[in-house]
Amino acid sequence: MAFPEPRPQAPELPQKLLKTLDCGQGAVRAVRFNVDGNYCLTCGSDKTLKLWNPLRGTLLRTYSGHGYEVLDAASSIDNSSLCSGGGDKTVVLWDVASGQVVRKFRGHAGKVNTVQFNEEATVILSGSIDSSIRCWDCRSRKPEPVQKLEEARDGISSVKVSDHEILVVGTTRSTQLHPPAILFTPGPITCTCFSRDGQCTLVSSLDSTLRLLDKDTGELLGEYTGHKNQQYKLDCCLNERDTHVISCSENGKVFFWDLVEGALVLALPVGSSVVQSLAYHPTEPCLLTAMGGSIQCWREEKEGGAG
Amino acid sequence: MDEEDLSEFGIAPKAIVTTDDFASKTKDRLQEKARQLAAAAAPIPGAMLLDDLITPAKLSVGFELLRKMGWKEGQGVGPRVKRRPRRQKPDPGVKIYGCALPPRGSEGSEDEDDDYLPDNVTFAPKDVTPVDFTPKDNVHGLAYKGLDPHQALFGTPGEHLNFLGGGSEGASNLLGNVGLSKGRKLGISGQAFGVGALEEEDDDIYATETLSKYDTVLKDEEPGDGLYGWTAPRQYRNQKEPERDLRYIGKILDGFSLASKPLSSKKLYPPPQLPRDYRPVHYFRPVVPATSENSHLLQVLSESSGKAGQDPGTYSRHQLNASKRGQLLGETPIQGSATSVLEFLSQKDRERIKEMKQVSDLKAAQAKARSLAQNAASSRLQSSTPDLGHCSQHPTLGSWSAATRASNFKPFAKDPEKQRRYEEFLAHMKEGQKDALERCLDPSMTEWERGREREEFARAAQLYVSSHVTLSSRFTHAKEEDDSDQVEVPRDQENDINDKQSAVKMKMFGKLTRDTFEWHPDKLLCKRFNVPDPYPGSTLVGLPRVKRDKYSVFNFLTLPEPTSLPTKPVSSEKGQQQHGSDKSRKLSRWDTSKLERKEDSISEFLSLARSKVGPPKQESSPLVNKEEERVPESLSDKTVDKGAASQPEGEGSRPSMDLFKAIFASSSDGKSSSSEEEQDDSENDQEGTEEANFQSSQEVAMVESAVTHTAEPVPCEPAAPFPIQKIQIDEREEFGPRLPPVFCPNTRQKLETPQREKHKKNKEKHKMKKEHRRKREKKKKHKKHKHKSKQKNKKPEKSSSESSDSSDSRSDEEETADLSPRELLRRLKCFPLRKQ
Repeated sequence: MAFPEPRPQAPELPQKLLKTLDCGQGAVRAVRFNVDGNYCLTCGSDKTLKLWNPLRGTLLRTYSGHGYEVLDAASSIDNSSLCSGGGDKTVVLWDVASGQVVRKFRGHAGKVNTVQFNEEATVILSGSIDSSIRCWDCRSRKPEPVQKLEEARDGISSVKVSDHEILVVGTTRSTQLHPPAILFTPGPITCTCFSRDGQCTLVSSLDSTLRLLDKDTGELLGEYTGHKNQQYKLDCCLNERDTHVISCSENGKVFFWDLVEGALVLALPVGSSVVQSLAYHPTEPCLLTAMGGSIQCWREEKEGGAG
Repeated sequence: MDEEDLSEFGIAPKAIVTTDDFASKTKDRLQEKARQLAAAAAPIPGAMLLDDLITPAKLSVGFELLRKMGWKEGQGVGPRVKRRPRRQKPDPGVKIYGCALPPRGSEGSEDEDDDYLPDNVTFAPKDVTPVDFTPKDNVHGLAYKGLDPHQALFGTPGEHLNFLGGGSEGASNLLGNVGLSKGRKLGISGQAFGVGALEEEDDDIYATETLSKYDTVLKDEEPGDGLYGWTAPRQYRNQKEPERDLRYIGKILDGFSLASKPLSSKKLYPPPQLPRDYRPVHYFRPVVPATSENSHLLQVLSESSGKAGQDPGTYSRHQLNASKRGQLLGETPIQGSATSVLEFLSQKDRERIKEMKQVSDLKAAQAKARSLAQNAASSRLQSSTPDLGHCSQHPTLGSWSAATRASNFKPFAKDPEKQRRYEEFLAHMKEGQKDALERCLDPSMTEWERGREREEFARAAQLYVSSHVTLSSRFTHAKEEDDSDQVEVPRDQENDINDKQSAVKMKMFGKLTRDTFEWHPDKLLCKRFNVPDPYPGSTLVGLPRVKRDKYSVFNFLTLPEPTSLPTKPVSSEKGQQQHGSDKSRKLSRWDTSKLERKEDSISEFLSLARSKVGPPKQESSPLVNKEEERVPESLSDKTVDKGAASQPEGEGSRPSMDLFKAIFASSSDGKSSSSEEEQDDSENDQEGTEEANFQSSQEVAMVESAVTHTAEPVPCEPAAPFPIQKIQIDEREEFGPRLPPVFCPNTRQKLETPQREKHKKNKEKHKMKKEHRRKREKKKKHKKHKHKSKQKNKKPEKSSSESSDSSDSRSDEEETADLSPRELLRRLKCFPLRKQ
């Protein structure tokens, strides 16, 4: 029996708290989905990196080997390896299954704020407060980075990689793009991300504003305000269908804006303190937030009963 | 019966073997001979033994047939001859080394003693040793022979091991004298290997190697000429000295013989004696038509021929430099390389030089004319004409180059007097005086000396000029000055930040706010990203860079050219404008803290540098303290300036150029002009956010401070209220947005609940402190008014503007002020440590 095509609905927003995981690793500095969204990584301030199944709430593995708190992590496209960077100025490449350190890339002069794999997980890009981005080759055994991007004049707070572009934001007011352009944005920038079509960049800055900029022209496509982000490095992202802009806030909520209209759609109360990090599922309306030492998994209303 | 008994040699052999009855007893002599030959030549002696063991059981059919026909072994094949058979030369005991023996013609030499030859007796033809034609399959030289294995292995043990060429026997062994191994079997022998079972002669197996067997010194037992080492053949050794090197050629190859008469040696002719005044470079003389007028000139030229180049136009090509040659060929001169210092001169200087040159040319012409006239008159007076020649031959001599030349080129440094004269000469030349040479020469010298010196001077000057020119043509000048205090900075600079800021204020994102750069990714990076190299040819990586002044802070600050904001009023106006235009954005507290943080990092750096440099430790510490504690009494100009400069920026942008100028250029005291009201306005509408913001930041600070500092709340109080201060102290947090607060890492197991309690506690404290802070700020403001300083601008946003409570501020402030700055600094410094 053929049903008619359902009307395209407004995407569900993950509002229902599915699970709260106490990570037990100090403050959760960052929470990241893996590529397919089945697992997540939490970066703890107790120098560990943990791999979870967020839906079931099971801890799969703990990766320890950092010398200081872990600030960011990413997983490779084939889920075979992880990379992480932390306050110990190193970038570590992990083997997922064994939990062993495959390589440790040393060279940054300051703590590593952000790490990213490239599309094929052959290069790790790490951004540090030493205002350099270093591209580490995972394939060769070279201890030096393939290239250093030292054009930034201030600490790098976030790096994102598309298939052929590197998006870099620092605490200066600019967003750099390689191949190269600098989008000037006011206020120190904490986080950035590409839209899924790769044409826009979302930039959150410390003036409590998120801006959506056209990547190629630098035009301002949207501005999203209402949340509070004035002193901490907080994450922002787009949802799985690029319909909403999501950002952490310092007042314990997660804010959802409609991407086109720029209207605040939802302020999801997470807790009382700062929502430190968030990650959005790549394909489903599922959100992970990190507050304090725990992470929360949010699903859309419909899925709520799954528990 | 075991296996042994059943074997071939057992008591009941089961194997079927040829019994002796049927085995051919007759040995094939010829084959044996050939084999022996081969064995001797083989690198491993005795390798052929194996072949001996494996003898064919039967004679070949050919043998049988021959035998049936009456052939006997040892005879040749063919009809019987009348001649008496020659004795078989090669007796089996003799081994022959080296190449196969040349075949002896059967009728070769008949000159043997023929005794009695009966007619009726016929003899079988003599046997012929088959010639072993082995093809040469190696790449050794003709008649090459490796180290003789016999010699190597069977060296007679008692022999003196004379590697230095003494023992003639040892050397002669190498010649392949087969007789030496008299009857000894092939095999390994010698002391090192013990005595084999088949060894006949019983060597002294217990002989000890003594050092006396070896040479310890290089004696002159050597042949003397050193042509041959210990392998020198005997003939050579026996020869008389002069013959040696001629006669001995080595082992004479087959088919070769020594020449009977030696080659006549080539006659060597010694090179011709060069004339004393020979010069290797040929100068073409200018063709001077022989008229009466210039007869003297001709004479002079012929006289001084070759002494110096004549005319610049007729220089041989070795004297032309690259650019001159290029000119001759009609090439366009290379633009990029500035080949002379001239190009660095200013326009004015150049003009002056030109002028001077013109004058000198004029003078030269005059002098020429005059001298010509003189010479026509008196041909005896030769002294001035060479001078003329010299002067005319380097027309540039009198120009600018003389100055540079004279400065460092001292060809006559050995003779100071001469050097002085030379310099004088140069100086005169520079002034364009053509009789310079004449004047500076020592009048007491003889004519000959003068002439000589004149020549020397001219040549020295020319030499220096030409070397200078050639050098400068060979090396291009650096495009950028190669100063050590320069540094590479990206070529593409960002646009003016102020423009951008204003554009952003007006929400005009787009072209203005987007700068494009040329960026060259690494090749490997392209490969890893599966992206074609956008600049395939370039070896450049990263941004193209240019050199800039190194020690300028401004390089690193992304600052456009100083727009020279007059310090106070304009900037505050600007701030006001900002507030006006951007009503939704308020000046956030964070922004100021951000600003401050930047300044502080700079000032910290500064103070660090200063403290390293030396004395003013006090200066730095109050500075820091001032920054952090805001002790208003000890405000210095710098902080004031900083505060002033930080004001206009708003929105967390960089402080203006003036700030940095003020810090780094000179500590000029900025004049203060205040705009209190504006600030208050902005502060008022900012208060809401301020409040909350403050709250949270306080939380952070207090969480940390409460954990560690509960014992001594008072001293940490000044530090605690401002999270910024904490940041300043904590070097890790110096840059960038901070991470969200860590609740105490030590107690992380306890997680949430204790944390919340703390929060509550802290909040209470906050309130108190907030009060204090405000009061203090207020107080500060008053002070500022008093001092007419810019301090109030320093953190205008900070000074939250509720002006209600300024009553009890003094006590608080006094409290903080009581602490000596040094003490405060100390506490602040140990603060982060405790936190960790």
